[in-house]
Amino acid sequence: MTLLAVDGIARSFGATVAVDGVSFGVAAGERVAMIGPNGAGKTTCFNLINGQIAPDRGRVAIDGRDTTGRSPRALQRLGVGRTFQISQVFASLTVRENVQAALVAGQGRALSPWPPLRRREAAAADRLLDQVGLAGEAERGAAALAYGDAKRLELAMVLGQGPRLLLMDEPTAGMGIDERHALMELVSGVVRGRGVGLLFTEHDMDVVFGHADRIVVLHRGRVIAAGTPAAVRADPAVREVYLGAEAPPCA
Amino acid sequence: MDSALATLRLMAAEPSFALAQALTGLASASSLFLVAAGLSIVFGVTRVVNFAHGSFFMVGAYLAVTAIGWLGGGAAGFWGGVVVAVLGVGLLGVLVEVAILRRLYAAPELFQLLATFGVVLVIQDGALFLWGPEDLLGPRAPGLRGAVEIFGQRIPTYDLFLIAVGPVVLVLLWLAFRRTRWGVLVRAATADREMTAALGVDERRLFTGVFALGALLAGLGGALQVPRETANLHMDLNVIAEAFVVVVVGGMGSVVGAYLAALVIGVVHAFGILLFPKLTLVLVFLIMAVVLVIRPAGLLGERGAASRQGAPEAPLRPASARLRWTAAALFAALLALPAVAGGYVLVLAVDVAILALFAASLHLLLGPGGMISFGHAAYFGIGAYGAGLAWKWLAAPMVLGLAVAPLAAGIAGAAFGWLCARASGVYLAMLTLAYAQIAWSVAAQWLAVTGGDNGVLGLWPAPWAASPAAYYYLSLVLCGGGILALRLLVHAPFGQFLRAGRDAPRRAEALGVAVGAQQWLAFIVAGAFAGLAGGLFAYAKGSVFPTYLAIPRSVDGLVMVLLGGVQSLSGPVVGALAYVGLADELARGVALWRLVLGAAIIVLAVAFRRGLAGAVGDAAARP
Repeated sequence: MTLLAVDGIARSFGATVAVDGVSFGVAAGERVAMIGPNGAGKTTCFNLINGQIAPDRGRVAIDGRDTTGRSPRALQRLGVGRTFQISQVFASLTVRENVQAALVAGQGRALSPWPPLRRREAAAADRLLDQVGLAGEAERGAAALAYGDAKRLELAMVLGQGPRLLLMDEPTAGMGIDERHALMELVSGVVRGRGVGLLFTEHDMDVVFGHADRIVVLHRGRVIAAGTPAAVRADPAVREVYLGAEAPPCA
Repeated sequence: MDSALATLRLMAAEPSFALAQALTGLASASSLFLVAAGLSIVFGVTRVVNFAHGSFFMVGAYLAVTAIGWLGGGAAGFWGGVVVAVLGVGLLGVLVEVAILRRLYAAPELFQLLATFGVVLVIQDGALFLWGPEDLLGPRAPGLRGAVEIFGQRIPTYDLFLIAVGPVVLVLLWLAFRRTRWGVLVRAATADREMTAALGVDERRLFTGVFALGALLAGLGGALQVPRETANLHMDLNVIAEAFVVVVVGGMGSVVGAYLAALVIGVVHAFGILLFPKLTLVLVFLIMAVVLVIRPAGLLGERGAASRQGAPEAPLRPASARLRWTAAALFAALLALPAVAGGYVLVLAVDVAILALFAASLHLLLGPGGMISFGHAAYFGIGAYGAGLAWKWLAAPMVLGLAVAPLAAGIAGAAFGWLCARASGVYLAMLTLAYAQIAWSVAAQWLAVTGGDNGVLGLWPAPWAASPAAYYYLSLVLCGGGILALRLLVHAPFGQFLRAGRDAPRRAEALGVAVGAQQWLAFIVAGAFAGLAGGLFAYAKGSVFPTYLAIPRSVDGLVMVLLGGVQSLSGPVVGALAYVGLADELARGVALWRLVLGAAIIVLAVAFRRGLAGAVGDAAARP
């Protein structure tokens, strides 16, 4: 059964049509990458799905339930976890407290007046930090983390909430090459192990073709190709967009 | 209400009467516009909300009276005096910009607001020193003394002149901004300060020039007001509160918006005085609240710039053994205080305890919440009035009064916070200030219930708490307990998510946290604890006055929090101690105490942004 179903969503900003009738799906346990040249509508499409903005028309459904235009908070309750293009962590909490906060928020106890946050779910938080390779940083302030580490912390926070659908906007942007593949290996393990659906955007084609089960290619707000990495690699429409019509077919 | 209806009937029967009233409103709108336009231009370019802008207006009026006196009567003397006053205020503006504001452009808004409020205090005492406490009556404008008859109503010629001044200045400003190179630079800096600086424009000179222009306009507004009202020491805060409203309603940084808003406010004010003489301020601030809820950036404003938070806070650490022992020792010493100290010291200690709780409640919003509350005295005062009115009208005993105080203030926090949680940065600061002014004007003007400026008198603690020592213990327990509860809350998920929502609101929402609700709840909790402090204060002093809710009381709270350090949980306690000590010494020993206090605030905001507790922490952290 399709976990995420995107059906004909569209959105304009003034006279500019950013997304023009995009449809695709993500199944449980599947990794789908959304790619396209700059200005193809990836970010808008992503924000339409994660609830940051509402579509002009079309429909987004999770598990068959219509979630079109729902707020990020409502989507979280339905099991959507997301990471940001520029990682967003709580700078004035320690690394461990960041994960503890995610765990406590997942239980719906963000307003709880007692006991202190640092005494809640510490063991579970440490396990998650270990999983993303941040065990040694638990006591540090999150503001002091290196860029790649902040991205991994964000992933630990999201995984801690046990999402069924992961939305990752450029998960490896700003990371070193080795780091990129390690992070995607980690995510792939979670996707396979827990049957989570993953939708991500990415500029690094090595990451896309190495870690996606399926690829959706956007161009000028429309889907021009979708399929396995091999199929997309061979698709003439994709070759034309990325390489130009005159390019030789061997590149 | 009956008189309001009668007035309405009179206006319906005699439309020319309504016209005359509208013209009066338009005339006051002009001087309001002059002040607000300067405030708005300065904010647009420098992103500083200049609290002292009303002080420039006041100095303009005083200088005009003096200069006209020197230059003698006649047209030349009058207009020459106005020019001297305007130039003098411009010079004062340059002085303030170069000496103080220049050091604050990169600082969080809170420090800019505070530093400029320090300037307000300094100028207030400066004016008192130079011109004395009496209101000064200025001359009328030569050639404009008469009145013109319009539809049977006599309209002062000077009012018509003022009505013309507004559009003339608006057009001149428009020409200056569109047709001169300097104006183009100012507009460029308003749109994108960083880019303009990157293109090699000398920011310092531009900012100084803009600030001088703003001061000139305020000075002109004040000088032109001389024939209409006496120059007095209350002009500064009166006009700044209304100018804030005008700028916020019109949209920060928009001169045309400021003109439109000044017209609306001026006319509403003129009719409001006829219809609801007791509630004009409420009416004006209600307009502002409605506009902000519908259009958060004002009538013609762009979306507000992101607020600057300064460096990220360090993570909270559990109380160290040393801190626990220090606190325990301090508490033991405080318990023993009545055995060794006299009544006066105990009274002072009660003040410190109450103000520490007040400051701690404000700290919850300022620090963990990252929300500038510039009207926190509202909750303190509402708590005090809650206790006072429960006693006055229901003969409630003290225990009940002390329960009503946090309840009333918590409800006020719920009402204000619901609207305030929609705004951020300087808009939030102005909204909270506006609400505090509403509460203040209700307390001051609703004579039948609150007793107006006479206040509620004769409030007395229950017999068991009447002795200084007993009341001291009561305050110690309630305030100490309140401060401890606030500390626990900050470490609990509630407070940590407040900090988290401040650090990365989108992250928090994506994790399922309702950031707005969290902030709203923080307003309620902070309001309730401030209200408890207010209730205790009411019984400690035996009376409740409107000054409990006034701007200076809110600033007291801010200064205490900043003295202690925004990023420190023990800061408010340290701050209250230092502040009460300082204020007590000053009030007893120094004639111009506002000047000293203002200077201290300026130094604090410019040089010691992390406060005393922060400075001590730094010293302790050094090897």
